[in-house]
Parts: sequence; C-alpha cells; structure tokens
Amino acid sequence: MTDLGKAAPRPWARDALRWDTAVGALLVVLLVCSFAFVDNFGNALNLSFLIGNTLPIALIALPMTLLVVSGEIDLSVGSTAGLAGAVMGRLWNAGMAIEVIIPLCVLLGVVCGLVNGLLVTRLGLPSLAVTIGTLAAYRGIAQIVLGSDSVTDFPQQYLDFGSGRIGGSFVPQAAVPWAVLLAVAVLVLHATPVGRSLFAVGASQEAARFAGVRVKRLKLSMFVATGTVSALTGVFWALHYASARYDNATGLELSVIAAVLLGGIDFDGGRGTLGGAVAGVFLLGALQNVMSLVNVSAQSQTLITGVLLVVSVLAPRVARQVARARHRTAAAPPPPVPAAT
Amino acid sequence: MTMTAKPAPAPAPSGAAPGGGLLDRVLKVRELAIAVVLVLMLLATQLDNSAFLSEQGIKDLLLNATILVLVGVGQATVVITRNVDLSVGSTLGVTAFAAGEFLRGGGNPLLAVLIAVALGAGFGVVNGLLVSLGQVPALVVTLGTLYIIRGLDSIWFGSRQITAADLPAGFVSFGRDGLGALPYLAVLTAVVLAAAAYYLRNYRSGRDMYALGSSPEAARLAGVPVRRRILAAYVLCGALAGLAGALYLARFGNVDSGTGSGYELTVVSAVVVGGVAFTGGSGSLYGAALGALLLTSINSVLPSIGVSSVWVQAIDGTLLLLAIAVDRVVALRVAAVLRKRAAQTRSAHHD
Repeated sequence: MTDLGKAAPRPWARDALRWDTAVGALLVVLLVCSFAFVDNFGNALNLSFLIGNTLPIALIALPMTLLVVSGEIDLSVGSTAGLAGAVMGRLWNAGMAIEVIIPLCVLLGVVCGLVNGLLVTRLGLPSLAVTIGTLAAYRGIAQIVLGSDSVTDFPQQYLDFGSGRIGGSFVPQAAVPWAVLLAVAVLVLHATPVGRSLFAVGASQEAARFAGVRVKRLKLSMFVATGTVSALTGVFWALHYASARYDNATGLELSVIAAVLLGGIDFDGGRGTLGGAVAGVFLLGALQNVMSLVNVSAQSQTLITGVLLVVSVLAPRVARQVARARHRTAAAPPPPVPAAT
Repeated sequence: MTMTAKPAPAPAPSGAAPGGGLLDRVLKVRELAIAVVLVLMLLATQLDNSAFLSEQGIKDLLLNATILVLVGVGQATVVITRNVDLSVGSTLGVTAFAAGEFLRGGGNPLLAVLIAVALGAGFGVVNGLLVSLGQVPALVVTLGTLYIIRGLDSIWFGSRQITAADLPAGFVSFGRDGLGALPYLAVLTAVVLAAAAYYLRNYRSGRDMYALGSSPEAARLAGVPVRRRILAAYVLCGALAGLAGALYLARFGNVDSGTGSGYELTVVSAVVVGGVAFTGGSGSLYGAALGALLLTSINSVLPSIGVSSVWVQAIDGTLLLLAIAVDRVVALRVAAVLRKRAAQTRSAHHD
C-alpha cells in the first residue's frame, strides 16, 4: 500500500493505474468491437444468453467482493449453490410447494454461511482451509440428498422466470433481482460505515479492532451474506438450466474468484471496488460469448481466461515498479524518501 | 498395521543421521494421531469385512494412495513456504498425456517418465518465477496457471485418448504389479518421499523453507535467499506432479484431456489433514503423506463396509474441517498453558 502512495507522482498516472477503470474500459472496447465486427453478437437472444449465463457468477461476485475486501475468501460458494439446488429438487420430489421450498433453500444458505463464518471467526481458522473443507462437505451432502437423480419438472412459471426475458428485450428477468442486489451491495460497500469498516478490517484487522470495529461480527455477517446469495444462485441455476442435480455449479468458485480478481480486488484485503468486480465478471462473460461466436474452442477459452488472470495481477505490479523506477530517476538525488526496505 | 509399514522404514535412514531422530518423530503427536486414526479405521474395517486386508486389498490401498502422496509431498513443500500451488491437477494431466504420447510413438518408458518430470518441473519454474519475482499472490498465479496448463493440455490433446493398448506392456505391468502386496509404484513413492523429507529436514536449504514459511521477513533479514527457495519449492512440486502424471499413466493406462481436473483441492485437503498448516512453516512431508493415505483409504473403506459411495465426499470434507479445528484447539490450549507457565515463572522471579 505504501508502494501505491509512492508510485503516484502525477494524477494522470494514478488514474491510469486504477485497475478497475482499465477493466471497465476494456469491457466497453470489447462490447463496441463485438457489436461492430462479430455477427450475431448484437441480437437480443445472444445478449440474453450472455447475461443469463454470466448471472450466477455475477450474483456470487457481489458478496464475494465484500468478503474479499475484508480479507477473507469463500471457496464453498459453488457447493453451497449445488446443495441448495439439490435440496430444492429433493423437496420438490417430496411434493412440497415451491413457495415453501425456495425460502427454505435460502435459509440453508444462511446456515452454510454461518458454519463457514463461525469456524473462521470463533476458532480463528484460515478461511481458505475452512472453505475448501466445506466445499467438499456441502457438495457431499448434496450428493447424499439427491444421489444421481436430476429433477427437471419445476413449475413452468418459475422455469420461465429462470430463462425468460423481459418483454422482447435482451434483459433476462432474473437480472432485475441481481440489479437490486448490486445496488444494495454498492451502497453497503461504498456509502455506509459498514463498507468503510470492511476496508479497514481488510487493510489492518488489528487497527480496525482498536478503532472499535467489531471485526468478528462483521466477517461473520459477510460469510452469511455470501452463503445466502450462493443458495439463491443455486435456486436460479436449477431454474435457468431447468435441472437440479447434485453437481450443479461445480467449479463455479474458481470462475467467481477469477472474475473478482480480474476486477482488481486485492486478495490481501482492503482494496477493490464493486464496479471493478462487475466489470471483471462481464468482461470474462462477454469474452467467452464472443469467443464461442467466432468459433474459438472451449479449450482456448480456458487458456485465455488463465492468461488474463495472470496478466491482471502481474500488470498492476509491473506498472507500479515502472512508475516507481521512473519516479526515482526523475528525482535523481533522492530527497529524504524512505529507502524501500 | 501393514499400512504403517510403508512410511515406517523411511524414518530409519533419515533419523539415523542426526541421532535420536526416530524418537522425535514418534513423539510428533500430529503424525501419530493420523497414523492411529488410520490404523484403527483399517482394523475396524478388517473386523467387519475380513477380505479387506487381503494381499490384493492392501495392494489396492497402497496403489490408490501413491499418486496422491506424490503430489501431496510437492504441495506440502510449497505450503510450508507459505504458498500454494493450485495448478498441480492440470500439470498431472498434461504430463500424463505427454508421457503417453511419447510412449505411443515407441519411446523408452524410462525416458517417458523423465520427460513427464521435466515438463512438470518446467511448469514449476513458471509458477515459481511468477510468485517469487512477480511477487504476486500464489493463490492467484496458480489459479491462472491452472487454467493455462489445462487449456494447453486440451488444445494439444483435443478429443484424443490414450488407452492401455497404446502403451508398452512392461510399462502397464509396472503400474499394476509389485512384490507381493507391495506395488512397485508404492516403493518408488516411498523412496521419493523419504528423499524429499530428508532434504527438507536435514539440508540447510530445506530448513530455509520452514524459516521463510514462518516469517518471510525474518528469513530475508537472516540472509535466506527467499526467491530462490520459493522457486525451488515450486520446481519440486511441479516435478513431483509430473512424476505423478507418469505414474498415473502407468497405473490407469487411460488418459484424456480431463485427467486430473479438480485434483488440486483433493491434494490440498490431504496436505492440510496431514498437519501442514496454510500459515506456513509447520508440518512435515510424512504428515502430508499420511494425510493422503488416510483420505484415499477412507475412499476404499466406505464401500467395503457397505456405506454408499455418495457419502465419501461429505466425509472427506468433514474430516478436513475436523482436522484443522482440532489442530487449532490444541494449539490454543498449548499456547494458554505456556502463557500460564511463563506468568508463573515471572511472578516467582518477582517475589
């Protein structure tokens, strides 16, 4: 963080170094180019596919951003989503009303988040280890609950919600609740004391605690939020693809984390914006969509995702180093700049 | 019982050099606890199903564990330096394919294994350079290389498949046969494990890895070449993943572009269950190997006592959670006791 301060000699350089604006600009460039040059990209059906397929990642990325800003991580999101979908399928098979099932699934997400959060905050365990454990455990429970069945006969109106569009436009119906959640998350992170506390905890947990932030409670609530949204995502996933299986959303955690990282959220905590995260999510989503349209194989898409991810973390650091080196040569006999130790 | 026979011969050579190391090792509660759990579990299964620990049964247990043990040993080395390598599953897949492709062209099996190891070490160099020179968080870098290596794998591979029929008969039988109940693969794995553990325990550069895992800053100030050690840990991890890839090919004879995907999380679980802490600087390779053995044994035990295989994953996950929770509680207790003792001596001095 002190590096960043030193590396900001002029305002334009500081703006250029803001990763989230860069990702946002990249997204805009990609969209403009795709509209102009890629056949079938701009039609409503394709755009709705793009958004619909990206929504699960976009949903979970919201609480994940808050959680990562506070310095923790949750790898169990994909399994929580899978578990919610499996329970939904099982209860539906048992003849329960869907209006009862969905709240129950969301409640299950709360419990999943609580388990993660309590293990991390009460026992002081590293969240990476805990959530790798619950990643396996929740997925395992999903397998116990539903076995190898797949449930597809959900009520039509709900399936329509999962895959339908608003009128004749390209916006999926499910994008509306997402937009509401996005607004809530932006408000919380960037406009409330809670958000400031999250940044403070991520930057220095000890300092935040001495400043009166209730660190444990804050982190616990972030884990619960992540679990809840993951369960919602699981419900959406089952409706969107019209299939509840125990292995729904497998590996989703890595996609979410890749997107959030690409959006410039620092995994050491304390830095990042929701705008960056959303830009990262849709940059990856749009890129995948475009690559499929221009017949880039799925394998190459994986490769490009990986390269983007590495570049996205390497580039800001290299840029910072370069800026610092230039700064140093500009002020040849260094005034009392504390030597970089 | 017979299970402990595999790790047991290993401490003898490494323990002999510094003298009294064997007792030390036995007193290491963590590894002992896993070994006890493992033995109890196997005995209970044996009581329930007397065919479980037959010669073939033991052989299967060992064979199942070898690949996870190898990758786990490499991973543990990286985790000890307070880093992580998520790309091991992809590395395993691509090296298995490379070895298979070479063998299909009529290559020498030994050379095929070396190619796999070299390729894995190459990926390790990439990871290590990115982490140590780029100073980028290991989680992010190796998540990226997970995708990159998997992508390269599938582009090169396409939808092709390698089956046992493409491989020399000697190579396949090396993967399946053994001396009685002791498979060749397990012997090879035990040798690698003992060598790596000896290195990490007795060589200066090995101890450096613990030092920089405990406190990177302190290690740097003490003159440890941090970057070079991190690079070395990643190269070891990549090379072992490569070796595991070659052994995977020998064992299963069947490789496609999905081979090894998702393996990274299993490996990390095994390492953590084995008592190697994510915070770096603690744990041992024997612990990691025992963790891997425990995880793969559970997968064999459950079906043989009639538990449906759908329970396996849930139990794996719960076990991992239990392992880290128990570790933490014990650590807190010990810290509390030490604090109390320190307070007592201080007040004694005061009086």
